[in-house]
Amino acid sequence: MSLFDKFLPIQEARNSLLKSGVNPFHLTVDHILSPTEAIMKGRTTILVGTNNYLGLTFHPDCIKAGQEALAREGTGTTGSRMANGSFSSHVELEKAIAGFYGAPYAIVFPTGYQANLGVLSSLAGPGDTILIDGDSHASIYDGCRLGGAEIIRFKHNDVADLEKRLRRLGPRSRRTLIVVEGIYSMLGDRAPLAEIVEVKKKYGATLVVDEAHSLGVLGQHGRGLAEETGVEQDVDCIVGTFSKSLGSTGGFGISFHPEFEFIRYTSRPYIFTASSCPSVIATTKAAIQIIQDHPELRRRLWTNAHQLYDGLLQSGYTLGAEVGPIIAAMIPTKELALSMWQELLENGIYVNLMIPPATPNGECLLRCSVSAAHTEKQIKKIISAFSTLPVATQNLTHPSHVQPEAIIN
Amino acid sequence: MMSYSDILPQLFDTLKPFTKEGFRLKEKTELVAELGLDSLQVMQVLLKIEDQFDISIPLNNLPNIRTIQDLGQEIEKLLKG
Repeated sequence: MSLFDKFLPIQEARNSLLKSGVNPFHLTVDHILSPTEAIMKGRTTILVGTNNYLGLTFHPDCIKAGQEALAREGTGTTGSRMANGSFSSHVELEKAIAGFYGAPYAIVFPTGYQANLGVLSSLAGPGDTILIDGDSHASIYDGCRLGGAEIIRFKHNDVADLEKRLRRLGPRSRRTLIVVEGIYSMLGDRAPLAEIVEVKKKYGATLVVDEAHSLGVLGQHGRGLAEETGVEQDVDCIVGTFSKSLGSTGGFGISFHPEFEFIRYTSRPYIFTASSCPSVIATTKAAIQIIQDHPELRRRLWTNAHQLYDGLLQSGYTLGAEVGPIIAAMIPTKELALSMWQELLENGIYVNLMIPPATPNGECLLRCSVSAAHTEKQIKKIISAFSTLPVATQNLTHPSHVQPEAIIN
Repeated sequence: MMSYSDILPQLFDTLKPFTKEGFRLKEKTELVAELGLDSLQVMQVLLKIEDQFDISIPLNNLPNIRTIQDLGQEIEKLLKG
């Protein structure tokens, strides 16, 4: 029995996927054409599974900023900020993201995953407790584990369950970190943040909101769910990523607490990693400026989201209950989801296939993420491709979720 | 304070609906391997037990809970605080 034997079941699962035509978890984009189109398997394909919410990946300002930084500062930093020093552009980006949130303290990380690892593992350690939503992203789970705090899960978006668990902690609730997400990545639903803030205050806990999918999407200025809910001052720390609505890579944490600055000295994912390269820093900074200067991008995103949501609903799909840029169609079985995913791809539509264990409640999902860059024609084409698939034509809706009629009414 | 011997019969009652007909639950019964619970069912069972005993079982402790006995001992420990 070798260490490699544990991969045999994965190999078998992968091989059975390959027999069915294409492996949805190892797909190659032959050539990316724009924020919404690519050549895949030799054909032009509409991308509706990229989290490119504002469509900034080809924005001329971002490209220009990246090219100039590349020529001016070189290809990489070749080391960590603590050991090699920060480039002035790292500090400028921190000022830019702090300024965007109106917060005094910000730290940037090379990825959004590392931002959660770095912030969560530093805030709560041995002897502390973390309460996380049951549908949390893997980076939240991993960040909690890295810190060594006691991790307790509460029922997804269930404030009564959260409060019950805070009560059970007794005086330990004051050394407890609550972690929620602005928009949850699989079904696109939002945390009930106003109620969560009330409970957090009542028990003296600390609250982190991960705005990975809500930055640039929610709030009058695009700062996310905390802005939209009007509770930014009550959230102790916001984490997020530059890799979705900002079309770059990297992650960040911001806070109003002066102690936040010391996370630089305690966070292993900050200390022991190479810092972001200058071109990435420059494109991110340009994108932060664009989302402040162009609120119409957000309006277009929401128009597109409503159009796609309504179209899929009318085609007979059972969807997540909240309209938003993440639109997940629930499919009754894994086999059906895979065959529908393949048919969509053959018809030039790329969505995300999501199956257990990566999904909440064992759901099988065809997950769409809408972009401001999608045209009306593209959205119509996506709806048309979905409407010819078996779930739509046979009305095989999922039994355990909100039915179309319930949403319309 | 509830002891392990008080907890065990309550656990058997809670787990019974998740057990195939004719299967006899014992202290050494393995929750995943013998009851055949998938990850979703494990979560459902845990949520039920947490409410039943008014406790929260930390995720950190789950890898050490294989049998009904392990679960009972964990509950006893958490109730003691």
